[in-house]
Amino acid sequence: MAAHNLKHALFCAIVTLVIAYPILGFNLTSSGTNIVLEGAKTHTIGLVLLAAVAVFLFQLFRDNITGLLGKAPALNPLANRQPMEQSKRLKLESTLLTLIIVGALFWPFFVSRGSVDLATLVLIYVMLALGLNVVVGLAGLLDLGYVAFYAVGAYTFALLSQYYGVSFWFALPLGALLAALFGLVLGFPVLRLRGDYLAIVTLGFGEIIRILLNNMTNLTGGPNGIGGIPDPTLFGMEFGRRVKEEGNTSFHETFGIAYSSEHKIIFLYLIALVLAVITALVIRRLMRMPVGRAWEALREDEIAARSLGLSRTAVKLSAFTIGAFFAGFAGTVFASKQGFISPESFVFLESAIILAIVVLGGMGSQMGVILAAIAVTILPELAREFSEYRMLIFGAAMVLMMVWRPQGLLPMRRIHIELKAQE
Amino acid sequence: MQDLLYFFQQLINGLTIGSTYALIAIGYTMVYGIIGMINFAHGEIYMIGAYTALIAITGLAALGIAWLPVILIVALVCAMIVSSSMGWAVERVAYRPVRGRHRLIPLISAIGMSIFLQNYVHLAQGSRNIGFPALIEGGFRFGSADSFQTSISYMQITIFITTLVCMTLLSLFISRSRIGRACRAVSQDLGMANLLGIDTNRIISATFIIGAALAAVAGLLLGMYYGSIDPLFGFIAGLKAFTAAVLGGIGSIPGAMLGGLILGVAESMTSGYLSGEYKDVVSFGLLILILLFKPTGLLGKPEVEKI
Repeated sequence: MAAHNLKHALFCAIVTLVIAYPILGFNLTSSGTNIVLEGAKTHTIGLVLLAAVAVFLFQLFRDNITGLLGKAPALNPLANRQPMEQSKRLKLESTLLTLIIVGALFWPFFVSRGSVDLATLVLIYVMLALGLNVVVGLAGLLDLGYVAFYAVGAYTFALLSQYYGVSFWFALPLGALLAALFGLVLGFPVLRLRGDYLAIVTLGFGEIIRILLNNMTNLTGGPNGIGGIPDPTLFGMEFGRRVKEEGNTSFHETFGIAYSSEHKIIFLYLIALVLAVITALVIRRLMRMPVGRAWEALREDEIAARSLGLSRTAVKLSAFTIGAFFAGFAGTVFASKQGFISPESFVFLESAIILAIVVLGGMGSQMGVILAAIAVTILPELAREFSEYRMLIFGAAMVLMMVWRPQGLLPMRRIHIELKAQE
Repeated sequence: MQDLLYFFQQLINGLTIGSTYALIAIGYTMVYGIIGMINFAHGEIYMIGAYTALIAITGLAALGIAWLPVILIVALVCAMIVSSSMGWAVERVAYRPVRGRHRLIPLISAIGMSIFLQNYVHLAQGSRNIGFPALIEGGFRFGSADSFQTSISYMQITIFITTLVCMTLLSLFISRSRIGRACRAVSQDLGMANLLGIDTNRIISATFIIGAALAAVAGLLLGMYYGSIDPLFGFIAGLKAFTAAVLGGIGSIPGAMLGGLILGVAESMTSGYLSGEYKDVVSFGLLILILLFKPTGLLGKPEVEKI
């Protein structure tokens, strides 16, 4: 046994060296037309060797280590506590949520412009993640082209405002409805496909939309994108220093306060907050309605659900369309926040980030997804020196979550009734 | 005459690209045939193969070795070793622990692995694209000098021959060798093969290694053919190869070859007669159409859903 372990450990250590050393140990740099090979810094090579030794030792004493870990006392001291009573927990949760939302309403008036801007972005991601959560988490349809619907929402607003001067408030429902329509049209044929084929088809669809946006230069401006997207107005009041459109008044003049560019940013933040709360509430309702139960039933066992009379197409299509609808919402807000959009913002990576948020938060769990959206967007901003490792860490986190905790950090809890213990 | 020559040119270009797609598609189709999952990180393994080959080529040039066959063989062997180790490690770390769980879980794990590997190379080698030296130059030309000429470069011939050799070796390996026989048994019925004493874990590792080695060959060939590589170029190539695998019927090795060739020709015809920008649209559109109307592909077996 020991000999076998030694052989295996040596093999693993050599594989580690083979996969790490050539890529990390040499740097290809181009000087003029030639490419030159340079050795990496000594400490990189040291780290590669260290990693190989670590793998060797771990594999050699694998049985002992896993045994020790199994015996170690649980790290979480609360693990053995009885769960809180259902009614008490619900009450606590709703008070906490109300407090958070009230706090979020007043918070932007006391902090810097940059953090409000970031918070708006966080809220956009919250909307996207909640929408994707319906598709992936509840209905179990892996959609890798979710960003396409986001793009549809954003481009609807951008194009309508450019060609017809449509304002934000008109474009918001239009963008969402158009995205939903795209979802319906795409979903209708492809939802018959099995899970993994569906993933690839949606990925292909996302890429097709991006390539079309990139190449239909006379309509969408191609890679140059569309600029000058108007800001939202409050009952016809604009937030600029001067009124741009005939018939509008400006916000600061109406209320007789000094002009400040912060007003606009706070206003956008509040719009995003309201929309995110609406998204969360609507989806929360839907989850409890028959259609929400049907999503979960179909995810858990398609054959059983169908034999109980659920229409597979209708149920899947509803999840897909609703997910697309909220992506369209988020897209409109995004276009208004940036004032400029281009196909660059709608690459596959964006879909992967939203998927990572849903997976990390816990598929199906709204609270988990919201927290994960906040964490995933804010952490790279806080740790700027690590920001280039962001995607590396995302990838690794997705793999580790699937291996160790596929239900996510804050798993979904179904509403249920508990039987009282017999006395 | 002119039009015919132009058509032949597109056909040759398409077959060249298509045969490398076929090499990558083998990796998808073998893994799918055995454990029924899409190895999303396969495109990245191909990209790592291309990077390793380039590192080996530049390293040999720095050592002053200039004899072409030596350079190519050393680069090929290095790329195959590194890619196969990568394939083995990826299966061990990301796929084996989640095998047998709900279908989406291995797929998400694979997407995570793909993002991880892309950024691993991106951080180690930078994100800009690096020129790949064209080691094999020159070619044949057909047609009169004053009008359009069809040309076949030596590089294209090398790609054809290498692909042909690899495919023949693979077919022989699968049909004759002990491991190959075990592979076929496992893909028919994993549980039964296990009961009959086949070490299924080993066979699954072997499939990942074979697929990765062929992807490395494609990496070297396409790197030389296109003349530049970057950390993202595995992603699109992986998708194309997956399309090829589905087109031919996923799980079927001859299907992967056929699918790769058809896809390559379809793409080059699009760039030749429509516009190069729409070639990706055509291949993804093709993928969607096949999945909708013939999900089993051209040579695949229908999959029976068991309760």
